[in-house]
Amino acid sequence: MKLLKVVPDDTNIDFLKWRVWAFAISLLLMAASVGLVATKGLNFGVDFIGGQMIRATFTQSASAPVTELRETVGSLGYGDPTIQRFGAENQVSIRMKLPEGADKNPELANAMAEKITSKLKADHPDVRIDGVDSVSGKVSEELFSKGILALLAAMAGVSIYIWFRFEWQFGVGAIWSLLHDVTLTFGLFAITGWEFDLNIIAALLTIIGYSLNDTVVVYDRIRENLMKFRKMEMASLLNLSVNETLSRTVMTSVSISLPLIVLVLFGPDVIFGFSAAMAFGIVVGTYSSIYQAAPILIWLKVGSHSFVPTDEGNGSKAERIGEDFGAQP
Amino acid sequence: MLDFPRWRIWMLNTLIVLGVAFAIPSLLPTSMRAQLAQYVPTPTINLGLDLAGGSHILLEADTSQLAETRLEALEDSVRTAMRRAKPQIAIADVSRSDGALSFNVTDVSKVDAAREVILPLISNSTGTRDWNLGVNNGNRIILSPVSSGDETALDQAMDTAKDVIDRRINALGTLEPTIIRQGDNRIVVQVPGLQDPEALKALIGKTAKLEFKLVDEQADPDQTAQGKARVGSQVLPYPDNPTGLPYIAVRRLGGISGDKLVKADPTFDAQTNEPAVTIQFDSEGGQRFARMTQQNVNKLFAIVLDGQVISAPQIREPIFGGVSQISGSFTTESANALSISLRSGALPVDLTIVEERSVGPDLGADSIRRGILAAVIGTTAILVLMFLVYGRFGMYANFALVINVGMILGVMAFANATLTLPGIAGFVLTIGAAVDANVLINERIREELKRGRRVVQAIEVGYKEASRAIFDANSTNVIAAVLLFIFGSGPIRGFAVVLMIGIVTSVFTAVTITRMWVSRWVKNTRPTELTI
Repeated sequence: MKLLKVVPDDTNIDFLKWRVWAFAISLLLMAASVGLVATKGLNFGVDFIGGQMIRATFTQSASAPVTELRETVGSLGYGDPTIQRFGAENQVSIRMKLPEGADKNPELANAMAEKITSKLKADHPDVRIDGVDSVSGKVSEELFSKGILALLAAMAGVSIYIWFRFEWQFGVGAIWSLLHDVTLTFGLFAITGWEFDLNIIAALLTIIGYSLNDTVVVYDRIRENLMKFRKMEMASLLNLSVNETLSRTVMTSVSISLPLIVLVLFGPDVIFGFSAAMAFGIVVGTYSSIYQAAPILIWLKVGSHSFVPTDEGNGSKAERIGEDFGAQP
Repeated sequence: MLDFPRWRIWMLNTLIVLGVAFAIPSLLPTSMRAQLAQYVPTPTINLGLDLAGGSHILLEADTSQLAETRLEALEDSVRTAMRRAKPQIAIADVSRSDGALSFNVTDVSKVDAAREVILPLISNSTGTRDWNLGVNNGNRIILSPVSSGDETALDQAMDTAKDVIDRRINALGTLEPTIIRQGDNRIVVQVPGLQDPEALKALIGKTAKLEFKLVDEQADPDQTAQGKARVGSQVLPYPDNPTGLPYIAVRRLGGISGDKLVKADPTFDAQTNEPAVTIQFDSEGGQRFARMTQQNVNKLFAIVLDGQVISAPQIREPIFGGVSQISGSFTTESANALSISLRSGALPVDLTIVEERSVGPDLGADSIRRGILAAVIGTTAILVLMFLVYGRFGMYANFALVINVGMILGVMAFANATLTLPGIAGFVLTIGAAVDANVLINERIREELKRGRRVVQAIEVGYKEASRAIFDANSTNVIAAVLLFIFGSGPIRGFAVVLMIGIVTSVFTAVTITRMWVSRWVKNTRPTELTI
């Protein structure tokens, strides 16, 4: 049987040739992302800013009467609602700020939910209330700080691991490419205005895991080649490593993207943002392993000397790594 | 490396069978599962509320109010103890400020006697003190709270509150609530499959503290309207006051609390035919109620629920037997809800709903259906791709992948873990990671063959060299998953659980199990050529 080859044998693409350009574009995109988040802001869900979100489906209508809803719900005296379609045309989410004083008296929030839902049911007999999320200001602050903490802890944790398993330059490269991926994902959410909620934090953490996975595979090969080809110039060595792992990179990205694309297209609407963030993250993460994590090693002056036993202190460590992994120089 | 002793093969196969067996009950329809449960234990995966539909309610206790209640109780017991002391000890200038209680012992020579009376009141069963006792200016006794006393009180109050909520929800019928304490002052209530969360919220949020107080009939209505009361009285809200004024003044002392009830039932008022609630005190409460009504015939007494007067009828005759009726402007529903709340006891502390998430059952079912559909399509696509690219070794990877899915479900069922929507996404990711391990191995074998190694050697080197990257990649994922679990909340935790289980099972199936199969194949066929 003839097998499929995702990448032809002996592929040798000079990836590193464009490293300066790629880096410049990445920096630009990162700056743009930060700028967008700072100016346009993220469309935070009730998880992070508190408030109430009612999800409703108009079972007998082709599409939800968004403009009409904005008016009727707005006229209830609780301020202007944020109304968005999500998923199907006839599904909406209605987001409201919690009424004044709801922190002290949760009855107010309940009353608001009840008033809105009964108004919906009165105006539209075919409405089905799919869910109500109500989060107080105190809890949303906690969720936000906990989410950010989880993100920072994960980035720091895995980078420290890389530092111990490889060398400090690799740790820097890893944390940089993670920062790159996370920043760009933030940028994606700022530009699209997709709702940013707790699930997106989970997606970001997954992106971190996946992107690192990719980086580790490339780094592992770089380390192996550094010990194998002492004299090779760094850029060529990185190119060789990336090319050698290229068919794995393509194969894995494709395999992981497959279920994610299916999730984005056919998956539950509730996790659309989550799936989209992950699919985006896979692409960005794969790119960053090649164009961020690898070239940084050149700029941080990694060379074969980093893993060769020398008379100095770090020699013992290099030796240990050499033995552990049974590398043959 | 490719050498597998017989005992290892047995062990690995047993693990596979066990892991997958635990998954079976979760995959069966409910009716079949029930049948099976008669013969063997059937651990099942719990569906999170986002999938099953239901309500998640996070309640938080008001700790400052608890301290205030404790202080009030302390004042009560100190006053009673002083009055009952023999000889009686007169105290004056009682004040509560900054969480401490202080008062003067009128007769300086009795300060020591007063201390003796107080000490048993402020010591607890473990021998430590809940309050510090100090004496100022010779005769002023100050009782200030000890922080451990506050903590113990909160802890007990939360335990009681949890039981009370449990009783209240059980009174609603066949729901299967999960009620757990979270942190120091929070309680999570999760009720799957609930259609109408409003009724539930009305029920569990109510403190249901019932009190009977005498109305201050000498109060000046103008003063009351401004919220001012005479010494010894207090002004309470009274929305249904027939005089039109939404406030009423009541005497602070001389009332009784309604926490000593044995029964509370919804009923209809015999005269007006409006909904009402009948209550029955226990014997001690009944005696106190009889005494209070006996001493105050023809006076008005206020029925106070959670600090709000619901009605203020006249005491026409002493009420013996401890049965009374509470009427106010009730509906049938609210009378029913109040009797449930009263029956299950008052919450020892005010609870507020700080977070609520409800998912309708239709949306949940839709999420499951589409989530599973996506998982099936995605997995099938991977299986086809793996076979096309790696042939025989791709098939090994595919069988491993299917077993992996079974084992994740099995371990989750065994650990009684909860599957949430992000959990399904975690599933998808784990499948991807499992495939990645096989891709790494197979690519490496391909490379080694290309470098001219013989088949068996290439396989050995391939597994060995790829293992290193697989180990590092999965270690970092474990780190991320553990941190997710520690810092995450709600749905994120559901995701972290699947990820942690999936990482372990995927390394097991993708590396160990496929290696076992490959080694059998190598041993049996001694291949000299390999298409990969």
